[in-house]
Amino acid sequence: MDIQLKRGILDVCVLTAIKSEDSYGYKIIKDLKPFIELSESTLYTILKRLEIANMLTVRTAEHGGRLRKYYHITDVGLKRIEDFKEEWKEIMSIYQFVTKEDNGDE
Amino acid sequence: MNKQDFLTQLRKELSCLPQEDVEERLTFYSEMIDDRVEEGLSESEAISQLGSVDELARQILADTPLTKIAKEKVKPNRALKAWEIILLILGAPIWLSLLIAVVAIIFAVYVVIWSVIVSLWSIEASFVACSIGGFVSAVIFVLQGNGLTALAMVGAGLCCVGLSIFMLLVCKACTKAMILLTKKIALWIKALIVGKEAVR
Repeated sequence: MDIQLKRGILDVCVLTAIKSEDSYGYKIIKDLKPFIELSESTLYTILKRLEIANMLTVRTAEHGGRLRKYYHITDVGLKRIEDFKEEWKEIMSIYQFVTKEDNGDE
Repeated sequence: MNKQDFLTQLRKELSCLPQEDVEERLTFYSEMIDDRVEEGLSESEAISQLGSVDELARQILADTPLTKIAKEKVKPNRALKAWEIILLILGAPIWLSLLIAVVAIIFAVYVVIWSVIVSLWSIEASFVACSIGGFVSAVIFVLQGNGLTALAMVGAGLCCVGLSIFMLLVCKACTKAMILLTKKIALWIKALIVGKEAVR
């Protein structure tokens, strides 16, 4: 898959994983596992990128006697998900157009 | 391998990254191991799920922009002590002038090599000029009715054409070699400043 496209999709996947409630690294990986296989280093890079883009905030909270980082989606992040949905409506209609052309050729 | 060993090894592999980045990474992986252990895995099982240290380090370095690695290389490993700074400043008249002299000599050698190439090109230009001159004077001698001299001039002109073609090849080869050398020197200087790994 095109790297730029894949990067965009991964970003939205991670944002969606923290959308309904704040989540932490391992839970994000587990939640996304049925859809997309993420390695720890990939997730780290994505989280860092989203943090720099102000799409999420990080807070450290105690959990079972140790510290754990929780990721919280921001309004910018929520907007990114909405934009993604809109973009994909467009892409889906292009897909329909492209595959219809295929059928027409046959 | 237990968690401590894993983190220590990873820290060693990432030593070329900025300290704060390394700490953040290690905290992240440490949390990942703890969360797996909490789920019922043993420490070594949790670590093996993350992959080998080498593999992780390679991917992390690939994800890190080159500029960050280069910046870390340039930074001195420790702050200079007060007496070292004083010595550096007091010694400036000596080491600075020596440094300038060395740089000047290297630069002079470089310029000299280029001037040799420039003179080769001017020889080439003179051959071309001579061949044109030879043919032009041959025409003039023919007009004056001096056939034999004209013939000699045509011969001289042809010789110059031959020499100029030969010279052109020599000039081109020398210039090419010099440009290559310049590129190598530039790369070497860059490697000197940022360190070998960063340039590669």
